[in-house]
Amino acid sequence: MLSHLAGILFDGVAYGALLFVISIGLAITLGLMNFINLAHGAFAMLGGYVAVMAMSRAGVPFLGALAIAFVAGGMAGVVLERGLYRYVYDRSHLDQVLFTIGLTFMAIATAAYAFGPGQQPVHLPPYLTGQVNIGGVDVGVYRLFLIVVVAAITVALSWLVEHTRFGARVRAAVDNRVAAEGLGIDVTRVFSVTFALGSALAALGGGMAIDVLGLDPTFPLKYMVYFLLVVAVGGGRTIKGPLIAALILGVFDVAGKYYVPEIGSFVIYALMVAMLAIFPNGLFGRPR
Amino acid sequence: MNVRSILRNVVVPIACMLVAVPALAQGTVKLGMVGEFSGPFAEYGQQMMNGIKAYMKVHGDTVAGKKIEIIQKDTTGPAPDVAKRLAQELVTRDGADMLIGFGLTPNAMAAAPVATEAKKAMVIMNAATSIITTKSPYIVRVSMTLPQVATPMAEWAAKNGIKRVYTAVSDYGPGLDAEAAFTKAFKAAGGEVVGSVHMPLKNPEFAPFIQRIKDAKPQAVFLFLPAGEQGVAFMKGFKERGLADEGIKLIATGDITDDGVLQSMGDSVLGLVTSFHYSAAHDSPENKAFLKAYGEVSGGKLAPNFMAAAAYDGMAAIYAALKATNGSTDGDKILAAMKGMKIDSPRGPLMIDPETRDAVQTIYIRKVEKVNGKLENVEFDKFPDQKDPGKM
Amino acid sequence: MTPPRERWSAIEIAFWIVPVVAYFALPTFRTFGSQVFVAGLFALSLDLILGYARIVSLGHAAFFGLGAYTAGLLAHHGFGEPLSGLAAGAVVAALAGAATSVLIVRGQDLTRLIVTLGVGLMLYEVANRAASITGGVDGLSEVPMWPIFGVFRFGLDGSTAYVYSLVVLFAVFVLMRRVVRSPFGLSLRGVREGERRMPAIGVSVTRKLVIVYTLGAAIAGIAGALLAQTTQFVGIDVLGFQRSADILIMLVVGGAGYLYGGIVGAAIFMILQDRLASLSAAYWQFWLGLLLVLLVLFARGGLIPLAEGLSRRLRDRRAKRGRGPQEAGGG
Repeated sequence: MLSHLAGILFDGVAYGALLFVISIGLAITLGLMNFINLAHGAFAMLGGYVAVMAMSRAGVPFLGALAIAFVAGGMAGVVLERGLYRYVYDRSHLDQVLFTIGLTFMAIATAAYAFGPGQQPVHLPPYLTGQVNIGGVDVGVYRLFLIVVVAAITVALSWLVEHTRFGARVRAAVDNRVAAEGLGIDVTRVFSVTFALGSALAALGGGMAIDVLGLDPTFPLKYMVYFLLVVAVGGGRTIKGPLIAALILGVFDVAGKYYVPEIGSFVIYALMVAMLAIFPNGLFGRPR
Repeated sequence: MNVRSILRNVVVPIACMLVAVPALAQGTVKLGMVGEFSGPFAEYGQQMMNGIKAYMKVHGDTVAGKKIEIIQKDTTGPAPDVAKRLAQELVTRDGADMLIGFGLTPNAMAAAPVATEAKKAMVIMNAATSIITTKSPYIVRVSMTLPQVATPMAEWAAKNGIKRVYTAVSDYGPGLDAEAAFTKAFKAAGGEVVGSVHMPLKNPEFAPFIQRIKDAKPQAVFLFLPAGEQGVAFMKGFKERGLADEGIKLIATGDITDDGVLQSMGDSVLGLVTSFHYSAAHDSPENKAFLKAYGEVSGGKLAPNFMAAAAYDGMAAIYAALKATNGSTDGDKILAAMKGMKIDSPRGPLMIDPETRDAVQTIYIRKVEKVNGKLENVEFDKFPDQKDPGKM
Repeated sequence: MTPPRERWSAIEIAFWIVPVVAYFALPTFRTFGSQVFVAGLFALSLDLILGYARIVSLGHAAFFGLGAYTAGLLAHHGFGEPLSGLAAGAVVAALAGAATSVLIVRGQDLTRLIVTLGVGLMLYEVANRAASITGGVDGLSEVPMWPIFGVFRFGLDGSTAYVYSLVVLFAVFVLMRRVVRSPFGLSLRGVREGERRMPAIGVSVTRKLVIVYTLGAAIAGIAGALLAQTTQFVGIDVLGFQRSADILIMLVVGGAGYLYGGIVGAAIFMILQDRLASLSAAYWQFWLGLLLVLLVLFARGGLIPLAEGLSRRLRDRRAKRGRGPQEAGGG
């Protein structure tokens, strides 16, 4: 019975890790730059397609394909940031929402044109499939992989934001653009780099998530609610907010579906409503 | 001159000149095709349209001295309000003689009253909920219903030594219909359903459901999920958690291994046993002719599936009916010609039930195998002359 | 055109003559027209909460769908009187609006986005699960409507649906026009312009937002009921995300905060969709996306302010040429 519970807990944490992986890029652009990028899912989808194409057309191994997806996402981020996004930074959230929904629609149509409307096959290398038994609990290898990667990303990002000059610059630039420029910070460049980082992480998340979530042109809309949920419940500003939110949502969702499948589909929404009723600005947010 | 007389004397005549109803060409039969051509169900419309084109490529565009013209309309997805309006406009503005297509149930159900009121034949080429044909006496369905394919699966399972089954279906109309039909037939054949679970439609996480099934230790799982990423995700989880290693079999209705998307599902579906009315691997001259024509009209972009085959058969029914009525498109005459009609379909023998206007056909039991490096639904058992049990 | 004045300007009167002329000029487009009016009414309801209260919603279809199911279910169970169906739809949607407004008014933009989106998805799931009542994804059929006033039957050519939808749209519009220029409506403008300062001058922002949100929900409910009645079918897509996104786009294409913006946007959106979809159905979404991007980049606030700006520039140019003072119409 206890190993049973441990199994459910592990699955929940792994699902939380998955939710975090697909949301992390948005947490960066929203949390650090206060920019609502609903086209986040389009970057994730880009990462997915790049990874699939790298594997199936060029024969790149899975981990290499993830790296390529990361780089491709970053590059797409730089291009779009310079060409489009920077013109809407200081617009209202409504304008940002409309602008990025527009981009999402274009991305969906483009993907349907380029790759067809169907699902793309995703094949994991054998060493990432199957289960291993750890202390009496059957643990999925890929799930374990997700958890490890999420832990690594979290540590690296927290360090980057909280303990490096770059992080300090970003925080200064967001808090008070004019003052930051007065201090000699190249705000434009800081934003570019931050946006590229967010896009690269979105693409990496997409590449990692497609084995579970599948990949077709409607990906950016289909999972939009999940990454918005994670970031809204977690609150911006920190990396740990979305992480904790993702873990809570993941564990409760999995446990709900296992123990009371009759209400399985409502658990995640009910939890969201409850948490936002208690913390209107998210777990670690503060009113803006 | 007051406003009313301006309207009556100036605006109306001009308007009538501008939007004159298209003249009814003497020698044409217009088929109003209402389908899903954009949005998440865009493949439905494409498959049906390709099937229609394939038939016209093989059999020409003229029948009983009339030229067949297709007017294509996009519902943009499950949008019954749009579908009904398109059907209305096809009938009143475009002068359509029949309504065809309809990939999704709500679209077909909303448009049904239009067929009744306009007395036009309406040929359903996919939408699979049992009750659709009862919504208008002018509806004929050439595709299938879910109970029709789920019932033989239960009978096959019971016949082949499976006594304890767990059912896992998507939590929406079609899933529940499949579950009900399977459960009824399986119990009637002496089997026991040891548990059932309804899985949310928008659901990226199957682990807890699969774990539940594993804990219940059934002999087999009966699965219904919409084709696409969900089926793949479920089967990956099924493999990962080692249910197959514990001897748990996986059986399903054939829409999950849709020939159109089968290749992209990957090896995780190998060995899956399904029941369905059409497989692209069906060995017959009719199917070979269909596949060849489909390949030519689609340019190889899309692999043909059951929707394309049904659209192909729908056109066959329309051509045969027009021959029988000598080119008349009168709804009652067309319906009379179609009732009881027999068609040599790519799927095998097909008859339109004179009472229910639904398809009566052979349901095959198939297994996903790799043939020459490609995944195929290989047929190995069959249940001939299956009617829709949803109406019996 | 801002703010709508007590007296109706020539442009406004001309605007409302267009659909009357269209009824006679385009007799085969009446069903289409009725659906444009429904969308216009729905966009008008969103305009209240977005244009006047600055609440960004990704789930406004929740209220539209509640109205549609209310009217649809009434008729399905034998009470097909249209006008009371509309009223019932409005009441149910208003109750839901009031209940969820608690979550809406407190949060910041992102919270509002996800709450509206989440409530919409949750209601969709409820309608799906309650298939024995709502028909689930198959839809609710057999929704027979009684003739309006016992006389006008809903027929295949869509005339009754056209006139009925237009009259309802106009009636609600007149009401809204009064509301936004009442003291209450003017104080909303204050909320829009500077939320923080309002409490200082003695206005409870929260209460106002609750009222506006509820009112917006009620009108969305009327629009939904109207669609159910004129289509005589309720599909579960009335609660879908696509409908929420589409209506948001229609409103901003036209211009939020003008009352007319939603109606103009709905007409443009639906005509474009109808035309473009028959040309290249599959890639309609691409052009829609591009339109949105261009609107945000180059036409802030939608087409109505764009047109206003153009006409003002034209006027200025004419004034500069020294043709004397212009009449202050339209601005």
